[in-house]
Amino acid sequence: MKKLLRSAGWPLGVLVAVLALWQGACIAFKIPGYILPAPPAVCAAVIERHESLINAFRITALEAAGGYALSIFVGVIIAFFFAQSPVIRRSFFPYTILLQTVPIVAVAPLILMWFGSGLRSVMLVAFIICLFPIIANTTQGLITVPRNLVDLFMMANASRAQVLLKLRFPHAVPNLFVGLRISAGISVIGAITGEFFASSNAVGQGGLGYSITYANSQLQTDYLFALVLTASALGFLFFFIVIFFEWLCLHHWHEAAMKPEAE
Amino acid sequence: MSDASSTPPFISLADVTKTWSSGSTALDRVSLTVAKGDFVSLIGPSGCGKSTLLRLLSGLSPLTSGRITVDGMMPDAAREIMSFIFQDATLLPWRTVLGNVELGLELERKSTREQRRAKCTDLLKLVGLADVANHYPRQLSGGMKMRVSIARALATRPKVLLMDEPFGALDEMTRDFLNEEVLRLRDNDQFTTFFVTHSVAEAVFLSTRIIVLRAKPGRIEREIPVPFPFPRTAALRSAPEYLALVGEVSAALRAVKALA
Repeated sequence: MKKLLRSAGWPLGVLVAVLALWQGACIAFKIPGYILPAPPAVCAAVIERHESLINAFRITALEAAGGYALSIFVGVIIAFFFAQSPVIRRSFFPYTILLQTVPIVAVAPLILMWFGSGLRSVMLVAFIICLFPIIANTTQGLITVPRNLVDLFMMANASRAQVLLKLRFPHAVPNLFVGLRISAGISVIGAITGEFFASSNAVGQGGLGYSITYANSQLQTDYLFALVLTASALGFLFFFIVIFFEWLCLHHWHEAAMKPEAE
Repeated sequence: MSDASSTPPFISLADVTKTWSSGSTALDRVSLTVAKGDFVSLIGPSGCGKSTLLRLLSGLSPLTSGRITVDGMMPDAAREIMSFIFQDATLLPWRTVLGNVELGLELERKSTREQRRAKCTDLLKLVGLADVANHYPRQLSGGMKMRVSIARALATRPKVLLMDEPFGALDEMTRDFLNEEVLRLRDNDQFTTFFVTHSVAEAVFLSTRIIVLRAKPGRIEREIPVPFPFPRTAALRSAPEYLALVGEVSAALRAVKALA
């Protein structure tokens, strides 16, 4: 914990420096507020409009979390399916790569067309974008169980279900968390992208993405900045919740649980 | 030969042959009978098929031809009365020591959680691991991990123990200590053992019979009985007849290595 505080000093220093530069530039070049609001103006917008920020935050958090949770559930089941045989993997895995390669902004209008606007459609966008990292990483963990451990279970006449639930799945949990970390961040991106297309535009129903388009069209640049900050805060929150659960599940037995992954 | 009565031998291998898909022969017409309670060490140069023999006995690999029976059953069916101890400890890192020892009983699904817990806690006391019951494998030394692995194998009360070079990676002191431990547990449970090793001293100390195999193809070259009575203690290691037998087995091993 002490180490954490000490290591937080440096990034905080960078933050202060960037804020100072930002403020300095706004004054020195007399940049108008609708192009680049100075830090105090952004602070003021955060304070003044905190109610709508919190409301948008809640909506987007719900959409992102919903899509994320669904992607974990579906992704792990698909990974279980993939772990059953190399033939299944070879047949279906190429198609899951589509999830990764098809640009979500191209799919979002289709989702809007098929499912209409609103919470569910936005969740679906977040779900699609989160799914691939979960499937790919969990499958990897399920199929890389050491041969000796599989033999050990064979010697005990373990059933297929026992091998999956008592051997392959626990072995894959560290990999699952790699996927969970990646998807935690992009679930927020997915929800915001989804809102650009498919947010409900009823009063008080728009999330951060919807509010960003609104603030942009109204040239409320200080509010726009406040929204972007809120969106990043949401991404951070998700990420740290996952890190916490990862620590909770793995710190007893897994060497790498506390070490940051090289990304 | 060790079983003079008319009852069939406890374990019998008749003309056991294993050929790999590449065409090379790992074991060539190996025949052997083993009586209940025997401690059989398999020793020989690498590539002589000694580990393969254990895999065939366990039913983890199929035979190419020949026949193996264990207590009257085919290897697949006999798994219930056998336990395998691997070269490395093969513990599940996400389970505690106690959780690992419980694994075999848990997969059998014949006992309740409480019964398993009680039984395995007793077993851990017996092997001197009671204080680390709630530790995770990564907190243990190599020797301790191997003891957990042995305890796990014994938890299901096997009649046959298949050990594939279990102490190969350990230092000599730990190895000696675990050898004595194995004998002590054997006095308790009277399991029949197949023990693959590279160490002549270990084979002589533990076994009732030593089978020397030759390589390419794997065949039984010689059998050397070990006459020392049980219980054996560490004192045996300095006895002249022990040292003489170690010398004899080493010479036999050198002879088969020269063949290859």
